[in-house]
Amino acid sequence: MIKKEMIAMLLAGGQGSRLGVLTSKVAKPAVSFGGKYKIIDFPLSNCINSGIDTVGVLTQYRPLRLNQHIGIGIPWDLDRNIGGVTVLPPYEKSTNSEWYTGTANAIYQNLEYMDYYNPDYVLILSGDHIYKMDYEVMLDFHKSRHADVTLATFNVSEEEARRFGVVLADEEGTITEFEEKPENPRSTKASMGIYIFSWPVLKDALQQLSEQPACDFGKHIIPFCHNNGKKICAYEYKGYWKDVGTLYSYWEANMELIDLIPEFNLYEEFWKIYTKSDVLPPQYIADNTKVEASIIGEGSEIYGQVYNSVLGTGVTVEEGAVVRDSIIMNGTVIGKNSQVSKAIISEYVTLGENVVLGTFDDAENKVAPHIYAGGLATIGEYSVIPDNVQIGKNTAIFGETESSDYPDGRLMSGETLIKVGELA
Amino acid sequence: MRAIGIILAGGNSNRMRELSNKRAIAAMPMAGSYRSIDFALSNMTNSHINRVAVFTQYNSRSLNEHLSSGKWWDFGRKQGGLFVFTPTITNTNSYWYQGTADALYQNLNFLKESHEPYVVIASGDGIYKLDYNKVLEYHIEKGADITVVCKDLSKEPEQLERFGVVKMNDDGRIREFEEKPLVAESTIASIGVYVVRRRQLIELLENCAKEERNDFVKDILIRQKNVKKIYGYMMDSYWSNISDVDAYYKTNMDFLNKDIRDYFFKQYPDIYSKVDDLPPAKYNKGAEIRNSLVASGCIVNGTVENSVLFKEVFVGNNCTIKNSIILNDVYIGDNVYIENCIVESRDTIRANSTHVGEDRIEIIVEKNSRYIL
Repeated sequence: MIKKEMIAMLLAGGQGSRLGVLTSKVAKPAVSFGGKYKIIDFPLSNCINSGIDTVGVLTQYRPLRLNQHIGIGIPWDLDRNIGGVTVLPPYEKSTNSEWYTGTANAIYQNLEYMDYYNPDYVLILSGDHIYKMDYEVMLDFHKSRHADVTLATFNVSEEEARRFGVVLADEEGTITEFEEKPENPRSTKASMGIYIFSWPVLKDALQQLSEQPACDFGKHIIPFCHNNGKKICAYEYKGYWKDVGTLYSYWEANMELIDLIPEFNLYEEFWKIYTKSDVLPPQYIADNTKVEASIIGEGSEIYGQVYNSVLGTGVTVEEGAVVRDSIIMNGTVIGKNSQVSKAIISEYVTLGENVVLGTFDDAENKVAPHIYAGGLATIGEYSVIPDNVQIGKNTAIFGETESSDYPDGRLMSGETLIKVGELA
Repeated sequence: MRAIGIILAGGNSNRMRELSNKRAIAAMPMAGSYRSIDFALSNMTNSHINRVAVFTQYNSRSLNEHLSSGKWWDFGRKQGGLFVFTPTITNTNSYWYQGTADALYQNLNFLKESHEPYVVIASGDGIYKLDYNKVLEYHIEKGADITVVCKDLSKEPEQLERFGVVKMNDDGRIREFEEKPLVAESTIASIGVYVVRRRQLIELLENCAKEERNDFVKDILIRQKNVKKIYGYMMDSYWSNISDVDAYYKTNMDFLNKDIRDYFFKQYPDIYSKVDDLPPAKYNKGAEIRNSLVASGCIVNGTVENSVLFKEVFVGNNCTIKNSIILNDVYIGDNVYIENCIVESRDTIRANSTHVGEDRIEIIVEKNSRYIL
């Protein structure tokens, strides 16, 4: 007989459009973080470290990279005889075939998967936060309060509370009221999008709301449970938790890793973060270089200078190049004498020689000012930047660009250059 | 597949000095992120040999830990797999492996129960890339009984006294074979990699055992060289044997050379190793790194020059590490000066200490207990 006390359902189907060109070709959970990791490594590692060995990963947007990364779950020890990791894409049915139209709808379409494991509790996770959390402690809380639903909350500032769903709870932690993105928040307890449901409660709610278009946990399931007198509790999480939903917060969270003793410490023996390691060799730092306040992944070769930056695996920084305050992902090459400041450069980018990236006076992005902000220059994966060009701030580049794409060899601040090449 | 693989990893050498106190040579950490045996294992898997046995005897704990799963080299298969053979006491035998041939003979069933026609025998202390299929093709083409992979060491003749030295005729047949000669008559050394037909090997081993002889080189290769057709296969790519402190030091330092690094790390095929799930290396303010290899999990605060830092090395403030090799998981306190040394793994080097290898490479084994405030 198959029996799992708690299984996890990890929502990894979203594009994360606020990450701009970083998610043009990959789902947000498959975006790199902290040099060698992908964002999804954090919830997956939390699962196995919390003793959860059955995880359904719901994919929809651009799943190729995610599928390759997860495989059969070996890096997270999630290759199991019973359970383990299962990738769950939307599928065709005899009637009513549809994409995943909302977070709860996606879970609803996988009722059979959950039923198979005969769980007592189901943990709902999203694949876009950076944190270390013991879900077992949250489950203990759920049990001790005899709750039907427990949602994890995180204390934010009043300012930030306007961007989240906030909850009001009594001293016991029982939730009395919800506010979704309130103008004048009455609480600073923001919902982290992490839920534990007692399985019968979840199953019932999903079935009752099966006709609800774009069924969503925050908008439909939780209010439904609340209105039906279910006991909903708030579990206050006090550790490090970072939403990396915007380019700037993503950049900031990466930069925090290079602090002398970072709040989010990857070097602790306890609670390891696992990832699929394709590159094994050590990194090489050449003569006449300077590497300071940076973290660098395996197999990278540094012939230039790197300051305050996060570099992935297999990155090459050629002679004379200077990288500052930047994120450079796996396999990217920074050409000779190029200067990179405050940039996010995605995987396998070829940046030519004598390129100046992140220069000129600040100017708001003309196409998507809410995405490309904070003075960052962002380059999508497999892009090519020709030699001798200068590129401004709040810019976005994607595709195989050529010198002719840069009038006078320049791309001024606030410009966007998207070339639909072979890969688009 | 046409061949099974055997890796002889039981050996010890006093030329490794203190480094062999706690591990077999095949388990020596190499090139920052690897262990010596990874090279032979990767060559096996890259040559599509799926059934590989590793023979261990001396101090095999750290080697066994490394080989606890075959999946890193893709040996986690239904067909084939990775086998580790340590000597066991049986009804008929209560001895350790008396020699390489005896080790094979004691596990003769492994050879008998395989169905692949050929056997590739390699050692666990060679650093090289080689497609064993090419040797096998040569072996078949020559109609050889045994093929010995050889390397011309005319550029470093002083190394010859550590190896078997051979003389071949124009056809490649080995006419003379001398083990570790004081004065070598040729510059062609055997690298300890052999191809032989499985049934032929079983027969040779059985005869050898009958006469109570135990050594594969002395009692089979040298003794049989005029009876059996023993051919030499010349390899001309990089090869180094690490079973000597100076050679070990030099081989690691070779990886600071871009050509050698690219050859092993960037060109097909890859070398595989057990994955440790360590975070990326971190360089804090004040770090100075020049011409060095740094493995994952390291945290560097001081100066590192012409050195190799293995995994999880911590270098304190104001340290200077020069021309040295720091093995896995070493903690180096502040203001330490280390030059021309190999620091043994899991050691803790006290703050304000100085370690210099004056006229030879010093091996530092402090065994200090670690306390981090």
